[in-house]
Formats: sequence, C-alpha cells, structure tokens
Amino acid sequence: MFSINETIVALATPPGEGAIGVIRLSGKDAITIADKIFKGKKLANQATHTLHFGKIVDAEQQNRIVDEVVASLYKGPKSYTGEDIVEISCHGSDYVLQQVIGLCLREGAQMAKPGEFTQRAFLNGKMDLTQAEAVADLIASQSSAAHQAAMHNLRGGFSHELKMMRDQLINFSALIELELDFSQEDVEFADRSQLYALLNDAIEKVAALIQSFHLGNAIKNGIKVAIIGKPNAGKSTLLNALLNEERAIVSDIAGTTRDTIEETLNINGVVFRLIDTAGIREHTSDAIESIGVERSKKAMQEADVVVYLFDVTENSLTDIEEQIMKFESNNIHYILAGNKVDTLGLDITKEKFALLQQMLFISAKDKENIHQLKQTLYDRVVAGELKQEGTIITNARHLAALKDVLFSLNDIRNGMDNSLPGDLIALDIRKCLFHLGTITGEVQVDRDILGAIFGKFCIGK
Amino acid sequence: MFPEYDVIVVGAGHAGCEAAAAAANMGSKVLLVTMNMQTIAQMSCNPAMGGIAKGQIVREIDALGGYSGIVSDKSMIQFRMLNKSKGPGMWSPRTQNDRMLFAATWREMLEATSNVDFWQDMVKELIVSRGTIQGVVTGMGQEIRAKSVVLTNGTFLNGVIHIGEKQFGGGRIGEKGASGITEQLVELGFESARLKTGTPPRIDGRSLDYTKMEKQEGDEEIVGFSYLPVERIKPQEQRACWITYTSQEVHDILKTGFEQSPMYQGRIKGSGPRYCPSIEDKINRFADRDRHQLFVEPEGWNTVEIYVNGFSTSLPEDVQYKALKMVPGFENCRFFRPGYAIEYDYFPPTQLKFTLETKEIRNLFFAGQINGTTGYEEAACQGLMAGINAHRNAHEQEPFVLQRSDAYIGVLIDDLINKGTDEPYRMFTSRAEFRTLLRQDNADMRLTPMSYEMGLASEERMELVRKKMDEVEQIKKTLADFSVEPAAANEYLSSKDSSPLVERSRALKLLLRPNIDLKELCAEIPELKAAIGDVHIHSLEQAEIQAKYDVYIEKERELVKKMASLEDLMIPDSFNYDKLTALSMEARQKLNKIRPNTLGQASRISGVNPSDVQILMVYMGR
Repeated sequence: MFSINETIVALATPPGEGAIGVIRLSGKDAITIADKIFKGKKLANQATHTLHFGKIVDAEQQNRIVDEVVASLYKGPKSYTGEDIVEISCHGSDYVLQQVIGLCLREGAQMAKPGEFTQRAFLNGKMDLTQAEAVADLIASQSSAAHQAAMHNLRGGFSHELKMMRDQLINFSALIELELDFSQEDVEFADRSQLYALLNDAIEKVAALIQSFHLGNAIKNGIKVAIIGKPNAGKSTLLNALLNEERAIVSDIAGTTRDTIEETLNINGVVFRLIDTAGIREHTSDAIESIGVERSKKAMQEADVVVYLFDVTENSLTDIEEQIMKFESNNIHYILAGNKVDTLGLDITKEKFALLQQMLFISAKDKENIHQLKQTLYDRVVAGELKQEGTIITNARHLAALKDVLFSLNDIRNGMDNSLPGDLIALDIRKCLFHLGTITGEVQVDRDILGAIFGKFCIGK
Repeated sequence: MFPEYDVIVVGAGHAGCEAAAAAANMGSKVLLVTMNMQTIAQMSCNPAMGGIAKGQIVREIDALGGYSGIVSDKSMIQFRMLNKSKGPGMWSPRTQNDRMLFAATWREMLEATSNVDFWQDMVKELIVSRGTIQGVVTGMGQEIRAKSVVLTNGTFLNGVIHIGEKQFGGGRIGEKGASGITEQLVELGFESARLKTGTPPRIDGRSLDYTKMEKQEGDEEIVGFSYLPVERIKPQEQRACWITYTSQEVHDILKTGFEQSPMYQGRIKGSGPRYCPSIEDKINRFADRDRHQLFVEPEGWNTVEIYVNGFSTSLPEDVQYKALKMVPGFENCRFFRPGYAIEYDYFPPTQLKFTLETKEIRNLFFAGQINGTTGYEEAACQGLMAGINAHRNAHEQEPFVLQRSDAYIGVLIDDLINKGTDEPYRMFTSRAEFRTLLRQDNADMRLTPMSYEMGLASEERMELVRKKMDEVEQIKKTLADFSVEPAAANEYLSSKDSSPLVERSRALKLLLRPNIDLKELCAEIPELKAAIGDVHIHSLEQAEIQAKYDVYIEKERELVKKMASLEDLMIPDSFNYDKLTALSMEARQKLNKIRPNTLGQASRISGVNPSDVQILMVYMGR
C-alpha cells in the first residue's frame, strides 16, 4: 500500500546489461540511507544538485566494495518527486545493481511500485493536472504491463500457490476467530495440534519460496557454472570447447590459469555463466597462484552447479569418490566429467569408473561428448535437481513481502508456543495476510474469514 | 399545533430513542414520532443487550453520552463478561434484561430529557423540497416541520409476517406495518430491497421442567455497561438462564413442516442473516448434527414469559408446538405466541454519507434496520450518530464522524456505507481490524473527550475520565519505578507457576508475565499497594491492561498507521470518475455511486482494486 512516509528505491534505467545503471532513492530518509552505504563525502552535508564520486560498500561484510559510483544529490522540494532524492550511477551489471538495491532495502528503503516516483511527484505538487493526465496514461499502461510481466514471472503457478496459502491462512484465521466471535456457540473448536500442523505447512511453503528466489534470480541473470578440477585436468580446454573459441590460455604447465574467467553460454535459451578457475591444489608455493586457488574455492561455493573435471588417466576411482563426498557434504550440485578419454580409451575408462553413475566421458581436446555435457547442464536446471518442487520467485518485491510473511508466521508460531490468547495470535495472522495481500492485491479479509466460518459451522442461537 | 422542530425522529426503537436523546441533549428541539407510545424501546427479539462485539458497542454508546448502557444496567437481571479467558480486546459484557423494565426505563429517561416532545401516529409521507427535507406528514394528515429528520423504521416498512402458510402485514406481531415511505423514497430516486429476520416462540415458564436443563448463572462480579455510577443489582440477585438441546426426533417433526415453510416455498424473497439462522435452516444446512443448543431465557423479574433462544422459526405453529414438546424440559410446554419470520424494506446503506445522512436528500438521516443492520446495539449506535449529526446539520456545524480506528461504531458505519450489505449486518470483533485498541474497558478514554468537546457527554462523565486517565498514568509510573524484592514476591510467584526472582525486579516487569495479576500482587506486597495509593478499580484494571498488552497494542497501532496513510488523502466532492478511462468500468460505477471522501475509503469499496487506487492517486494531486 502506498505510504508517503516510506523511502522508496528502484532501478531507474532499463534492466539488463548496460554501460551504467542508475538507482533512485526517494523519500525523507533517502540521504540517510545513501550515507550508510556510500563511502565518500557525507551526502547530508553537501549542497543540493551536486555530484559525488565514491564507493558503495557493504558494512556487514567488512566494508566489501560493491562498486565505484557517482551519487547525484537532489534535496526536496526541488527534485523530481519533491522529496529528497539520491541517484546512484553504478556500472551497468545486473549483479551490481541488485546488490546496491539490496543494500538500500536492508537500510530501510522499500521497493518502489510501478509508477510510484511519479505518484509522489504528483502528490507533492510537482506536476499540474494536464501533465499528470499524460503521465497517468503512461503509468496505467505501465502497471498493466507490469501486471502482465508479473503474471509471466509467476512460473509454475506462483499466483496459484499464493492463493492456496491465502486460503489456508483464511482457514486458519477462521478457526481462531471462531473461538473469539463465537465462543458462546455450541461448536467444536479446533485443537491446537491441528492449527500447528497448518501453520508449519505454511511456514515450510513460504520458506521454500524464499529459497527459490536464489534460483529464480539465477535463471533471470544466468546460471553460474564453475568448472573445477585439479591443475591440468583440462578445464580451460573444456571451456574453449564449450565456447567453441580460444578464450583461456591453454598450456601444458600446471597452474597456467591464474584468474577466474567468466563467459556466457546459451544452451536452448537458458543463459549459463561459465567460470573457469585455477586448478585446486591444497598446497602451492606460488603466491599468485594461491590467490587464484582461493578464488576458485569461492567460485565453487557461489556456483549454482559445479562441473568437476578430472583426468581419467591420473585419477583413481577412490580419488573421485572422495571428491564426491566433499561435494555432497557441502550441498554442492555437481556434474562429473572424466576428461582425456581419448588417451585412456573409452572402454577401459568405462570399466575403471563403472561404479560412478552419471559420469560423462569426454575429451575436451577432441570436443568429444561436449554436446552431451551441455545437455546435462540444461537438464539439471530445467528438469533436474536444480529445479525445485513447485514455484520459483524472481521478483525482489515479492521476496521482500514473503520475508515479511514468514516473519509474521513465525510470530504466530511463537504466540502459540507461549499460549497467547487467540485474539493476539489473530493480530499476527492479519499482519501476515496483509503482507500476502501486498503481492496478491487482496487486502480485505474479514468477509472471507466470516464466510469460511458460516460455511463450516452451525452458528446462531 | 406544532412548532418548527430542529429534529424529528421517526420511530422509537433503539435507534430512534438514542437519536432523540442525543439531539435533545445537544440542544435541539426534538419531536419523537412513534406509532405506539406503549411500545417505546421494545426488545422485539431476545431480552438481552451486549455480547461479543455488541457489548463493546454499548460501552461506546455510553462513553459518547447515549442512554443504552444506563438503561441496560438498570434493567438487567443477569450479567456476564464473555470471553474473559481471551485477551482484553475480546472481553465482552452482556446482560439479560427485564423486557418491560428496559422499555419503561427508556421512556422515563426520555421523558426526563428536556427538549424531547412525543407524538403518537404513523408518518406516511416526507416533505421534501429542492432536495432538502422539510418535515413529515402524519397518518392524520398533519404537517410537522423540522430542519432534520431521522428515519428509524425498523422492520415496519411494508413488513410482512410469515408463520407457515399464513402471511399478513405488520411491523411486529400484533402491530401494524407502515406503508407509503418506501414508495415515496423510491420515487425520489432511492433504491430499496428486502431483508428478513425471525424470532422464536415465547413460552409460559410455569410449564417448563428446569430439572432437565443445565443452569447458566451470572458472573460473581457485575461490571455493567455504563461508566457512570449506576445503581445495579447485587450478584446474588441475578436470575439464571437454562440450556437444553434439540434431538433427532425434534428435527424429524420440524421436517414435516418444511412443505409449508415460507422459506422453502419461496414466499420469502429477502435474505436472512447467516449467523442467526432459523432452526429449520440449521437442520437443513447442517444435516449431520443430531442436536442444537437452546438457551432458555427469562423475560424479566415479574413475568413467567420465556424466550427460547436458538429456536427461531417460521414453520406452522402446530409444527413448532409439536417439535418443541420433544425437547427435554418442554414436554408440557404452553405457548404464549409462536415464532415467526418478518420481511421488511431496507435501503442499501451505500446511499448514505458517513454521517448517515442520505446522499439524495439533504438533512434526511437513516438509522437502524432501515440500513440493513440487525441487533439492538447496532441500531442504537446508528441512532446516536444520526441524532448527533442531525443536530449538527440543523445548526450548520461540521459533521461528527468516527474512524475505524476510533470505535466499533466507526467500523460499522464505514462497512455499511462502503461495502453495503445484502444480509442483515451484525457486528463481529473480526470486522474490526483494530480490536486490541477498541476495548470495552477504554471506550470512555477513546470517546468521551470527543463527545464532551461537542457538547454531548456531560461534565460529570468527562470528570470521571480525566480522573481515570490521571490515575492510570500515575499507576503506570509507580509500576515502572517500584522495585520488588525477591523475598516479597517469590511465594506468590511460585504459587502461579512463575519462576522466582533472583534479584530485585520492577513491578512492571513482573506484570508482563502470564498469570500475574496486579490486584493479587498488591495484596501480596503491601508496599506496592501503598505506593499506588487509593485509586478506582477501573483505573487499576486499565493500567494493568495497558502495561500487560503494551506490545500488542503498539503492534496494532503500527498496522493502523500503515493502513491509515491513505485516509489522509481527501478526494474532492466534485471528482469526475468518468473521465478516468484507466479505471475499470466496475470501479468507475462503484466510485460514482459511493463517492468516497478519501483514498482509504475508496480502497475499501468492493469492486475497486489496488490498481484503481493507484490510478486515482496519480490523478488526485493536491
């Protein structure tokens, strides 16, 4: 729901890769929030309509630098919305922009709804009626387009899932309300364990949806694939084979690749971001290489899926099984690819690793079975283990609302754990439904709750 | 023979009486017109006031200076505080009343109110000129002039009573209905529709065997409704109610009458309340239940008449009789009169403004069942609000409106005028999103200052509230400052299954624990009692509730604030919705019809969805 008290944030330039991307913050706390994440001159002390160079840092991660940016400062009422505005010009990577918006949200900004900046501009008297009419037409079309887009985004029946959850919560609420408004009636009240089961189910579902954001985002921004393996397993050769071009430096000297290299690969319309890494060796005396190794480990942790490449001539079955254990204990999705099958021979290789299921036999050098690797990657994402049961969310506003929903659900559970009276539990249910309503648009609930009660129970003296 | 009045109130039920009293107490010259002066303030249905959500309304009426709370207190034969095991927002006072004493007390109070004149006749016509009400025409043809008119016709407008296949005109059993007004209003452009409600048979108490029923006693403490010191009965004087049950046999007999049922034969067109179904409805819709609860309620101190709550019916009277005789305790029962259903006209309340003034005709107000509500309490509070605003219109003062976050009354009126209703509307706590704030214990603190300021609530009331507020603040401060020694409290704490103190603790902190009661704590620690000093019991209770539930009250306040941001955005009266083609067709129609005052109100209209509100927001500007 619209609130002029809240400070809002959104990407002001079109989404997608570009030279720069501009993030706009507007509202009474815009400058305070910007100052919390912007390292440079203190914006609060600067004059309006000025530009400032600085860095966006994440205070919760030892001031990790997210990007170097230019902040434009407009103090209200002389600004587009009439409120204080900070516009942050970042490098135009989706990743960076998402990070910066994420920081703003964390510091207290709210995700702007479609057209909300203009709404504020209008409400703050920055436009006259004829201008506003023109903008309104635009916004009306935007919100219906935004609506359409949201509907498309609702993969696998997001709206259906939310509707089911809302129904479930309404049902839950009806059971609680029954004890409040109709405590004098001759009806059986729900036992708490039944309510508890209902609640746990809802919590599980919301948590899964929140989890799915990571994947949803991955699908939107490209699936991160780390190619991991010991030095000289042929990782760079494989990368080249996948990309069909000479990208990485290839040599026979172990440790040639010192930095991670990123390339994008489109398989059947899904974008994969391939990260070639320096080979992982636990001990190395080369200082530069050891930095590379650190990065590799990090890349592996951040990847959505890891392709573990090994040299079939040099590794034993036990080596590989050990590696598999490591992946599985760290919850890493992996694909096993045995390289240099051309050297060992396909039959011998198959025999040697017969115990490994789902292993791919490739030759990066001869480009053997590369297509099969591509297909495996695609299947993992679209049909395989990466795909979650049910729904994936991709929208940051939905994520924010779902987090609020989960928070309220936990409040409800705490309340039940502490045997709070039903009316106080109901307060949290209402809050929960309110947040859910910010996604579905259904904010009025009392009729539905009463309808559920009258439909189910014999009420009335 | 009549002077020009400021306010004429048509109908002397719960709505009409409150309207007349409020307008008169604010200084209007009022005429109360009723078809029968012997039936002023009748309890047409059950002899009880309050209950869940309704009890809160009665306390709000009292806090604003209405009479319903005082009348109920003076005529009660039993008191119960319902939902005492729930949070304080749920506590709901309810009285069982002496029907005749209730009506007599109302009449005495009205007669003692200067500025109220009475006239006994039907009103058959309204005098309207240039879109403004001028007065009324009585059945005898007299024209009586007034600046404002409040219509509170209850179930009398074209009322039709059904018992089995019999049907006849009437406003209540044995009383004539009223005709002419609906037709005139429809001609003037109003929309009208039909609703139905029902009532159970009345029984001769001397014919019942109470040993076969469960007894339901009143509370040991009588709190009452009014914040004023009213003389109330002693707890031990209370009358008991009784509980018994229907059975499969009863249901089988009732089913034999279904063929003659006006409901099932389609003779009744109006919809009835889902939460107050007839017994035939209950056995029809919930066929798997083999029994239904019946409350056997005495109608007063000096009468043997009994009200059978839960047995509302419009089946033929012989079927009613045969079925009821199968109920334990009713084997030898004698009827005073059968149950019946009544159908009547109402005007969908989306035709009203927040003040309950009609949009169509200036200075004409509607209150009570004419607006599609049910219940004495719902009617009374509308009467009060209509009376206040009729007075203020007559004296060209600003309207008085309560918000949803101010009072249940605000919720009720906001629901009515925005959402309308197609079944008799009854209040539930779940309709109020702010019910932790809207408690029965703080209605005086919420509303009396507003009412006092506009000249309705008396100085005496205001003084009591001031004192309460001061005491509450002082108690809360004492609780926050007072240190409790472990030795002084641990015995009490362990008796309450609460972990003992290891070091000194503020009294306020102890109070936050479940099961810890301030009165008991004071009894245990004399120093605390002394520090608090001599305060009113209500102040003590209020301070305790505020302290104990502070977190939740704050939580709800936050939610109020979040939702209220739209309430501040006013929509100009002249706003042209037709021009906004971006709005959905349905939204445009609804907005045109209801003409909301604020964006918040617009957002609550059914058929206006969030994207419409966003579009409106952009168009409005400031």
